[in-house]
Amino acid sequence: MEDFRIPLGEWVEVGLDWLLGAFAGLFSVLRTLMLDTNDGLVWLLSTPPWWAVTLVLAALAWWLKNWKLALGTVIGFVVIVGVDQWENAMETLGLIVVATLIATVLAVPLGILAASSPGLSKVIRPVMDFMQTMPPMVYLIPALVIFRVGVVPGMVATIIFAMVPGVRFTELGIRGVKADVVEAGEAFGASRWRILRQIQLPLALPTIMAGINQVIMLALSMVVIAGMVGAGGLGGDVVASLNRIDAGLGFEAGISVVILAMYLDRLTSTGGGRKRRLRAPGTA
Amino acid sequence: MSHSTAEPAVRVQNVYKIFGKKPKDIIRRLKEGEDREDLKELGTAAVIDASFEVAPGEIFVVMGLSGSGKSTLIRTLNGLQPATEGTVSVLGQDIASAPARELRSIRSHSMAMVFQNFALLPHRTVLENAAYGLEIQGVGSEARRAEAARVLDRVGLQGWHDHYPHELSGGMQQRVGLARALASGNDILLMDEAFSALDPLIRREMQEQLKQLQKELGRTIVFITHDLNEAMYLGDRIAVMKDGRIAQIGTPEDILSRPADDYVASFIADVDRGRALTARSVMLPLQGVDAGQRAAAERAGSVRSDATLQEVVPVALEGEGILAVRDGAGGDVVGYLTTARLLEAMGTRTDFTAAAEAQSPAEGQPASRDEGGEA
Repeated sequence: MEDFRIPLGEWVEVGLDWLLGAFAGLFSVLRTLMLDTNDGLVWLLSTPPWWAVTLVLAALAWWLKNWKLALGTVIGFVVIVGVDQWENAMETLGLIVVATLIATVLAVPLGILAASSPGLSKVIRPVMDFMQTMPPMVYLIPALVIFRVGVVPGMVATIIFAMVPGVRFTELGIRGVKADVVEAGEAFGASRWRILRQIQLPLALPTIMAGINQVIMLALSMVVIAGMVGAGGLGGDVVASLNRIDAGLGFEAGISVVILAMYLDRLTSTGGGRKRRLRAPGTA
Repeated sequence: MSHSTAEPAVRVQNVYKIFGKKPKDIIRRLKEGEDREDLKELGTAAVIDASFEVAPGEIFVVMGLSGSGKSTLIRTLNGLQPATEGTVSVLGQDIASAPARELRSIRSHSMAMVFQNFALLPHRTVLENAAYGLEIQGVGSEARRAEAARVLDRVGLQGWHDHYPHELSGGMQQRVGLARALASGNDILLMDEAFSALDPLIRREMQEQLKQLQKELGRTIVFITHDLNEAMYLGDRIAVMKDGRIAQIGTPEDILSRPADDYVASFIADVDRGRALTARSVMLPLQGVDAGQRAAAERAGSVRSDATLQEVVPVALEGEGILAVRDGAGGDVVGYLTTARLLEAMGTRTDFTAAAEAQSPAEGQPASRDEGGEA
């Protein structure tokens, strides 16, 4: 019994080596793509003066929700500027937005497929459980090997960890569309694509939006972990303050994460919106 | 109402619909005479050996209790539930062998469906819902909105075009469902328990409106219901289903006067005959009446041949025991109705008190309605 040892770790390393050899070109392209997108967005957010960016974000809050959120946005972002975390906050915001976009682009189609195929749904479910319950730091190691230090491995780990609710909520939302409405589409001769586009997606939208909201929140929770591999931003300062036992800096970076989280959560949560399209049908 | 001469709009031949792992096996054993109850372990035989034809312009009602297979049967007509065996053809096109694209085209250009629970798109306005069939046909925005608006006005929804379905009552929502089907302009209407979710008064109103619309539009309607009174009132012909099989097909008069088996007979005890039967269906032939009675009938006045018996009763009350039945207002006399004949037709041969109790008071008609009967 003493000799019993499953060499799972070795297998993972062999598998990783093989991946690295076989898809080096693809990984390199992906790295450049993610890096450039992120850098571009961060540049866009941090180049104008802080008040201009704050006003734009507040205006977005007003347009999607209401003036209260807009006011809260201004106050929150002034606090971030006040504790000298503006640059970091914009780096983090950039990372979150890019990671969320990629996670959504992957998660929503996967959720739609899972909703239409019970077989795929069964296969996907344990994979989703695995992705969400594996300690997220574990993703960092292969991501580091594949994508090298910087913002990209942090982003990849974030996407893997955060996309799960996107898939689950999309599947749930599509399945939750009443069968008779879909049948009505079929009975009038609509194609599957038309039914998806005109009936299932609009009716599932509130649920899908709740999923994307969860994706964003999970992505924010990954900020600090991404900071450990050199993603910078607010996570970088939290990690640095931990290394230096600097409670003050840690709190300043931490409160900035909280403010960003509240802004993004309120912006993407359902309810309280002025826009009909973000609300559940039948509540207009 | 005139069948048989024209090519049928819908033709169903020996259709089976089986749910389960080995449908062909089940069909074979059903053909060998086994009962569907014996085969329950293997699967569900929802429709067994159904055959019928629906003539253009006819209202064909499929009547049965829940689990009788009627909803499955109507879905084999547009391929939402493809038949396991047998052929279904709609306006000469075979539904079973049609590839997916062609089937969609048949659905969008030949048929339209009205659902029990309305199945309106909750995120679209009443007008957009009514225009949905035309939208799928590829009709341009302006044209389809204009047509949808016209049909909505026709079913009595003026002023509601820009509301959302949840703002409407059940009866109004089903009017939208009806408008959506009518606006598509397609000849064949499939109505699946279309009025069953409505309360009795609204339901009666919708039945009357459908009959009225049908007089003007002359569509071909396949109507599913569990309510034999509704079937008798609406149907030119009725198919009674039981346990997946069609027990009898006939006109309301056929079914009332010659039920095919005990099952059908047990149903018709509850029928509101005054509303289901027309003067034509129960009148005495011209030569069955002597000269004295004829003279009495001349004095008493007459009724139209398509008047229901409940419309005939008030006229009969004022007469001298006999009425003339005319083909349309002021038309030729086609037969006679004596009070005795009227009473005989209104009554059921089964236990009368039981039938009277089964008649729900909400569906009873005020006895004093007398419009429409006189010529």
